[in-house]
Amino acid sequence: MKANSFTWRMSLLALLMLCVRPAIALDESTAETADSQEVSEQQAETVLDPFADALARLLLGSMKERGQASEQLSLTGHPAALPILEALLDGSLYVLRDKQTAVIATESGQGYRIAEASTGADLGLVERSDLSKVNITNSLRTKLRKKIALLQLQSDDASVRLSAVNAMVKTADAKTLELLKEFESTETDEDVLSSMHLIFALNDLQNNDRSVRLNAMDTLKEYNSLEAYNRLSVLVEKDSAGNFIEQDVEVIKKAQSALKKIEARLQFYNSVETMFFGLSLGAVLVLAAIGLAITFGVMGVINMAHGELMMLGAYTTYVMQQIMPNHIGLSVILAIPAAFMISALVGVAIERGIIRFLYGRPLETLLATFGISLFLQQTVRSIFSPLNRSVTTPEWMSGSWQINDFLSLTWNRFYIVLFCLLVFAALLQILKKTRLGLEVRAVAQNRNMAKAMGIPTARVDAMTFGLGSGIAGVAGVALSQITNVGPNLGQSYIVDSFMVVVFGGVGNLWGTLVAGFSLGIANKMLEPHAGAVLAKILVLVFIILFIQKRPRGLFPQKGRAAEA
Amino acid sequence: MKSLFISNDKTANVVLFSLIALIVLVPLCNAIFPSASALHFSAYTVSLLGKYLTFALLGLSLDLVWGYCGILALGHGAFFALGGYAMGMYLMRQIGERGVYGDPVLPDFMVFLDWKELPWYWYGFDQFWFALPMVLFAPGVLAFVFGWLAFRSRVTGVYLSIITQALTYALMLAFFRNEMGFGGNNGLTDFKDILGFNIQSEAVRVTLFMISGLALIGAFLLSRWIACTKMGRVVTAVRDHEARVRFLGYRVEMFKLWIFVFAAMLAGIAGALYVPQVGIINPSEFSPLNSLEIVVWVAIGGRGTLYGAIIGALLVNYGKTVLTGLLPEIWLFTLGATFILVTVFMPNGLAGLLLKKGGERRT
Amino acid sequence: MKKLAKNLKLLSIAAVASFFSVTAPTASAEETIKVGVLHSLSGTMAISETTLKDTMLMLIEEQNKKGGLLGKKLEPVVVDPASNWPLFAEKARELLTKDKVAAIFGCWTSVSRKSVLPVVEELNGLLFYPVQYEGEESSKNVFYTGAAPNQQAIPAVDYLMNDFGAERWVLAGTDYVYPRTTNKILEAYLKAKGVDEKDIMINYTPFGHSDWQSIVSDIKKFGSAGKKTAVVSTINGDANIPFYKELGNQGISSEDIPVVAFSVGEEELSGIDTKPLVGHLAAWNYFMSVDTTKNAAFIKQWHEFIKNPKRVTNDPMEAHYIGFNMWVKAVEKAGTTDPDAVQKAIIGVEAPNLTGGISKMLPNHHITKPVLIGEIQDNGQFLTVWQTNKLVPGDAWSDFLPESKPIIADWTPPILCGNFNTETKKCSGQNY
Repeated sequence: MKANSFTWRMSLLALLMLCVRPAIALDESTAETADSQEVSEQQAETVLDPFADALARLLLGSMKERGQASEQLSLTGHPAALPILEALLDGSLYVLRDKQTAVIATESGQGYRIAEASTGADLGLVERSDLSKVNITNSLRTKLRKKIALLQLQSDDASVRLSAVNAMVKTADAKTLELLKEFESTETDEDVLSSMHLIFALNDLQNNDRSVRLNAMDTLKEYNSLEAYNRLSVLVEKDSAGNFIEQDVEVIKKAQSALKKIEARLQFYNSVETMFFGLSLGAVLVLAAIGLAITFGVMGVINMAHGELMMLGAYTTYVMQQIMPNHIGLSVILAIPAAFMISALVGVAIERGIIRFLYGRPLETLLATFGISLFLQQTVRSIFSPLNRSVTTPEWMSGSWQINDFLSLTWNRFYIVLFCLLVFAALLQILKKTRLGLEVRAVAQNRNMAKAMGIPTARVDAMTFGLGSGIAGVAGVALSQITNVGPNLGQSYIVDSFMVVVFGGVGNLWGTLVAGFSLGIANKMLEPHAGAVLAKILVLVFIILFIQKRPRGLFPQKGRAAEA
Repeated sequence: MKSLFISNDKTANVVLFSLIALIVLVPLCNAIFPSASALHFSAYTVSLLGKYLTFALLGLSLDLVWGYCGILALGHGAFFALGGYAMGMYLMRQIGERGVYGDPVLPDFMVFLDWKELPWYWYGFDQFWFALPMVLFAPGVLAFVFGWLAFRSRVTGVYLSIITQALTYALMLAFFRNEMGFGGNNGLTDFKDILGFNIQSEAVRVTLFMISGLALIGAFLLSRWIACTKMGRVVTAVRDHEARVRFLGYRVEMFKLWIFVFAAMLAGIAGALYVPQVGIINPSEFSPLNSLEIVVWVAIGGRGTLYGAIIGALLVNYGKTVLTGLLPEIWLFTLGATFILVTVFMPNGLAGLLLKKGGERRT
Repeated sequence: MKKLAKNLKLLSIAAVASFFSVTAPTASAEETIKVGVLHSLSGTMAISETTLKDTMLMLIEEQNKKGGLLGKKLEPVVVDPASNWPLFAEKARELLTKDKVAAIFGCWTSVSRKSVLPVVEELNGLLFYPVQYEGEESSKNVFYTGAAPNQQAIPAVDYLMNDFGAERWVLAGTDYVYPRTTNKILEAYLKAKGVDEKDIMINYTPFGHSDWQSIVSDIKKFGSAGKKTAVVSTINGDANIPFYKELGNQGISSEDIPVVAFSVGEEELSGIDTKPLVGHLAAWNYFMSVDTTKNAAFIKQWHEFIKNPKRVTNDPMEAHYIGFNMWVKAVEKAGTTDPDAVQKAIIGVEAPNLTGGISKMLPNHHITKPVLIGEIQDNGQFLTVWQTNKLVPGDAWSDFLPESKPIIADWTPPILCGNFNTETKKCSGQNY
């Protein structure tokens, strides 16, 4: 049955080819794969209108055909051409299955809101199953981007024009240059003009006139542009015999000095980047360790199930996204309190059910909580399957903050650093300003004395453990945004987080913060020289040696409490 | 005081004689009955039992440091793995020209990764007389250096536990690196023979099984003897109150170091016996989880009794074999639950339970 | 105390007795043909291997519906090696000696195969290994139904070189034997194609690596040097998600620097938010999206068996499908499940694959397969963008590595060797 409909479709397609454009041979390779469209015969008759023809051919199965159609579409100058091509590029161009019309669809709460591609008319809501997607490949995507950039030059929005010009930096040819020169005279926005000048200067490097080339270099050395750096580097390349390929000595000298200038900036930005990488790795470490710093540091309980509490937080994020699939961003925000509550409750249950019988026997708590960690892992595996779960990153957390060509900071890492600091500050406030915090500190310093003063130590223990576990859950929400959400999530962080707490000094939140960030930065500074694995080993060995030197960490607890 | 030791010995003697019976029975059965008989132990069973015995030896060695000296080492698996690697390197060199690429000196994985010559630390491993002391030497040196640093600066309790865990974790990462020259993730495998005998033959299997049993019995008797000597008493005292022992004028760190190195060597022997019986050694033996599992055996069996560690290791591993075969999903639940129950309700493990039943509680 | 001793004695007798009962051969073994399934059902590899266990159960069930094999029913024996490498060897021995299975289908990682290898060779078992691997091996007792490097890596690089025009290459992988070998072969291949040494960047990371910031940033810098750059990824399993997330966030699009992966299939994609991955590539011998009647039937059967219409199919599943059918045909041809007879019979046996071709078991115990290159779509499926017109025969010993160049594998007389050096005319590295 399937084969029949397939051959039927193919023959129809071939027939269509013959009557419409006999010149085009059917692309054999893979053409008919996922979404070959059913073509009704009426469409074959709308040949006369170039826009309609191009659109119809865009929906045909063959990739080659699709490429040519998009080319044709961009040349029609039809007002709907740009939005259609843009939709094709970002994957929102669909075909309505029963009517065979091209639509642009956006996901909305109840389904897909569609608009007719050629007119922009709203066609209401449909189910995903009514639509079939118009696929494109990488090579087509590249072509589209170029075409769209050309069309976008006419946009009224300066930021659109800027991105269009920036897209041309690498690939500008004589034709685009002419076009750009035309637009330059009418361009008013400074950033766009600056990008245009960069393109002109890059082009001038190949000029025959020496003074033009030297001038271009003067311009280029001020730009933070990788392309400028690459093109200048070509000028100082040597052949295998060690002689410069470039003949003009003055050009070489100038290029070298320009390169030096750019390199200095490049190096600066690189170190800023490394610093940021270190900070963000550190933030992850601090988040993972800070809950442990409370349970381990303040209470003296070694919680081997800490990683699994983080895992619970990550799974909470997943569940929240399943509950509200249409508000990804909101669900992540809401997951924070939810994860806190769930992990805290589990934490309190663990404390009341098991750990309270083991106070004063730290090594036994270690074993019991290890048992709990196995238990939690297997529970999650039974409920959610051993496969990783997919957690979507909200729009505002994806992508990066492009400061210039040399430096961009990814948003998710940026938010995690921020989030880490927030959690830390909040925790500090809780311990300092609230009654619970006061009691926690009192019990940590001297349990018997606190009891004598009327502090319900049992309740405080449960609350403290709940707080530490809750923070672990919150850390899990952050981790769900950067790594796998699966049953093994906790295990991969447990050794690291213990290291951070021990290195920082048990019982000291500031120590944990400093330790986390310094280990993160140290790791990232070592990584380019030693490689990822060796960097990690070196950091571990460093901690082991450090502990020998200062057995109580960076910021040791002082006084009697330290001996307990 | 004296009666306490004797009564302890009685329970221990049962374990001891069961072990002796086992290592006599298995070869005897195999010699008497033909391979088709139900009383003939198959190669599978012999290797399985042999593996359990090496695990029991490993558990015993951990019990020495944990049960007798109070050091909860979460990285004890590292010594086991090092001993295993020392043996594995010998077995690897024995392959000689029979490797896939037929290189007379370089093991296959080195040919594969373009190593031109043997790294210096592989020298000598073609000789059994060299490899054998290395089985003791490699874990011993690591334990000595690590212990010397840690005990001298009085790193104790949970700190020590955690840095031993870091140690084995760092070693695992290091051995995973192919540049290290230990075969990376694949480790060492495809062994052909040991001392000229085919490693897969039944005779070699039974012999290895017997050696494992003898090593376990020997280690058990030796450890029990050590525990009775003056040194053993001091070590036990360190466990019970370290500061007091120090004030009495003993150099606590030396006693700790001694017992730590001794236990590491025992673990190394266990590893060396383990590798030829299972046929592979790879860096996952270093994983912190494996070391935690050793602690589980000892905790379940009951620490500070030596025979408790043996019972624990045998029981848990037998349970693992049975359960992972029947109900793989249940295994982690069972292990986790046993763990919690044992630590909360039976702090002295099975051995403690047995003792209580006998009406004599260790104080 | 005496009572206790007695109890313990009883206990030990019981334990010994239970071992005997375990080892006692079962009398009813002759009524069915047993098939061993050796895949991890717990531990880290359970993610991938559980699916293959289910696939095997499905295939065996179907064969039984057709009337079994040689007039007998097939009986699956499932064991769990728990992602523990020594346990793989132990369980393989259990399957072969205790259960006396006619063939084993199993293993995923290279190290698990290496662990099982001596056991199946010693006990003369049959192992069907369904995963793409590094090659450099051909055992008398193992049949490799996954891709050898020449059936995956080399065509993928060819595609990027010819269709995308890549001139600069990043070879990124997890630090274990498969990426090491694949990258070594690719490096030699690229150099032979005139790629300069400084245009190749090789990077290894540990298993489960999660912090990709620096490496992705390095790739970005490497790729912005003016030449078209492509990444060949042999990054394993769990490390992939953070890797692709970081790629997406640092703004590396598939048009600038495409990543072609050899270990990312439909199953892995089902656990990822695929948006940042769209347009990146993967090379396999099978995609779920391939439009053939055989494949449609297989997917339908799978959904019915697993009772979940959302489950995906993937390449190793297809490999088991081919391998199982080849074994069935070989047993029918030989008229017995005797390993020696099956080994002889299976060479040359043909079985249909799911992409519309007929795969064949070659004398080197590898099979012929088509190579497909697909772009990742946002629904977690692949869109095939390139495909070999013929089936590619699997090559056990790569011709691009100097040490394995003279070596061939041929399990037909007169060579009968998996490791035959054509220069010295010697057969080495065999266990029998």
